[in-house]
Amino acid sequence: MAKAAESSGDPGTTSPRPLFAGLSDISISQDIPVEGEITIPMRSHIREFDSSTLNESVQNTIMRDLKAVGKKFMHVLYPRKSNTLLRDWDLWGPLILCVTLALMLQRSSVDSEKDGGPQFAEVFVIVWFGAVTITLNSKLLGGNISFFQSLCVLGYCILPLTVAMLVCRLVLLAEPGPINFMVRLFVVIVMFAWSIVASTAFLADSQPPNRKALAIYPVFLFYFVISWMILTFTPQ
Amino acid sequence: GLQLLSEFGDEATSAANPGATTIHIEGPSESPTHQPGLPRGSGGEEDDELLGNDDSDKTELLAGQKKSSPFWTFEYYQTFFDVDTYQVFDRIKGSVLPIPGKNFVRLYIRSNPDLYGPFWICATLVFAIAISGNLSNFLIHLGEKTYHYVPEFRKVSIAATIIYAYAWLVPLALWGFLMWRNSKVVNIVSYSFLETVCVYGYSLFIYIPTAVLWIIPQKAVRWILVVIALGISGSVLAMTFWPAVREDNRRIALATIVTIVLLHTLLSVGCLFSFLFLECGSFGHGIYCRKAE
Repeated sequence: MAKAAESSGDPGTTSPRPLFAGLSDISISQDIPVEGEITIPMRSHIREFDSSTLNESVQNTIMRDLKAVGKKFMHVLYPRKSNTLLRDWDLWGPLILCVTLALMLQRSSVDSEKDGGPQFAEVFVIVWFGAVTITLNSKLLGGNISFFQSLCVLGYCILPLTVAMLVCRLVLLAEPGPINFMVRLFVVIVMFAWSIVASTAFLADSQPPNRKALAIYPVFLFYFVISWMILTFTPQ
Repeated sequence: GLQLLSEFGDEATSAANPGATTIHIEGPSESPTHQPGLPRGSGGEEDDELLGNDDSDKTELLAGQKKSSPFWTFEYYQTFFDVDTYQVFDRIKGSVLPIPGKNFVRLYIRSNPDLYGPFWICATLVFAIAISGNLSNFLIHLGEKTYHYVPEFRKVSIAATIIYAYAWLVPLALWGFLMWRNSKVVNIVSYSFLETVCVYGYSLFIYIPTAVLWIIPQKAVRWILVVIALGISGSVLAMTFWPAVREDNRRIALATIVTIVLLHTLLSVGCLFSFLFLECGSFGHGIYCRKAE
C-alpha cells in the first residue's frame, strides 16, 4: 500500500497546498529493489469477485440478496450485539416487511365504508415517516449512525410485529371472545417487547451515553403505535 | 494503509468498517476530527477549503454563542437538541409541579431551549388522546350487539393537526405580541421564540396522563381531571409570562394572561371533550358520529 504521507513529509514548505499535490514528487530511489513475487492466496475466490456482478445470472443476484435479507432476519430474531445489520445495510427487508404488514392491516374493500381501519397507504406512510422521524431525531441528538443504517435497523425490527400480525390473523379465524382477545394481547405484547429489545441492541451503542433514553423513547412510541394497529385489527 | 477522513462521510461506517480501506491525507496542518454536537476546533483556514466547509466562523466557541452556524447546515438544528436525559426529566418535573414564584424558563431552560421536549410530548399526546378515545368508546359499548368496533384512525390525524398547530402557532402569536409590547414599554424580562415554544410544549405534558385516565367513564372523574390539568399547566404558563408583562399597562397585562389561560382552556375543552364525548362508530348502517349522553 503506497504511503501518500511521504509526499507531504516536508513541514517547512509552503503551507496551503492542494490535495494530492505531492504525489507527483514521489520518486523511488534506485537502491530499493522493486521486483519480487506476488502470490494471491485463494486465487479462485479473487477471480469470482473480479468479474462484475453484471454478468452473473439473475438467479445468483436474487439468491445473494435473499440470503443477505435472511441473514439479517436471523439477527433480528436472535439479537446479539453484532455489526452486520449496521455494516451491510439494505432496505429490501424493511420494504418486504412494510408491504406485508400494510397488506394485512388494510381494511377489506368490501366494507370500506364501515370500517375505520387504516388504508394500505396510511400504514405505509406511518411506518416510513415514523422511521425517518426517529432517524432524524437520533442524528440531531448527536448519534453516530448514518441515515440509511438507522432506517435499515428500524425496518428489520418490525419483523416480530409482522409475525404477531400473522398470528393474530390466524387466531381471529376462531370464534371471537375474551379468550381470543387475551391470546392476541399476549402475542402482541411479547412481540412488541422483542422488537424493542432487538432495535435497542443495535441502536443504543450509537448514541451519546447521557442521551440514550432520549433516543430510545421514540422507538418505543413507534413500535407501540404499530402494535396498537395490529391489536385493534378487526376483519369483517 | 491509506485513510481519508471524509468530512461528509459517515463516521459510523468508518467506525464500523475497521477493515475497509480508507484514504487519509495528512497535510501540514492536521484536520480536526469532527464530531457532531461539539464545537469546532480552530483548524487552519485551509481545512475549510480542503473539506469544503462553508462555516468559517471560528469565534463561536470563544464568544460562547451557540447558534452561529448558518441555518442551512445540520449543526444549526443540532443546537436545538442539545439536552441530556436528566435535563428533559427536570423540565418535565418542573412543568408538572409548578412552584409559585419560580419561573419555568429561568429555572429550567436557562437559555438552552430545546425542541426535543415540545415535539415528542406533542406526538405522545396525539397518540394518547386517539388511543384513549378509542378505548373509552369501546368500553362504553362493551356488550352491545349492534356495535361494531372501529379503530378510528381519522382521529389521529385530526388530533395531530390541532395539537401541533396549537403548540407552534400560539407561541408564535404570543411572542409576536410580546415583542410588539417590548417596543412600546421596556420590559426587563423577554423571551425568545424558542423559549416560548419550549414552555408551551412542556406545559402540555400534564395532558398525557390526563388523557390516559380519561378512559374511566365517570363524568365527575373526567371533570376533576380536566380541572386539575388545566390548573397545573395554566399556572405554569401564567407564572412564566407574568414577569414579561408586569411592567406594562395593568389592563394589557391582565388581558394577556387571561388570553393565555383562555386559549389553553379551549384546547382542553376542544380536544378532550370532543374526542371523548363524540363517538364515531358503526351501528349497523354505516359510520357516523354522535354526542354521547
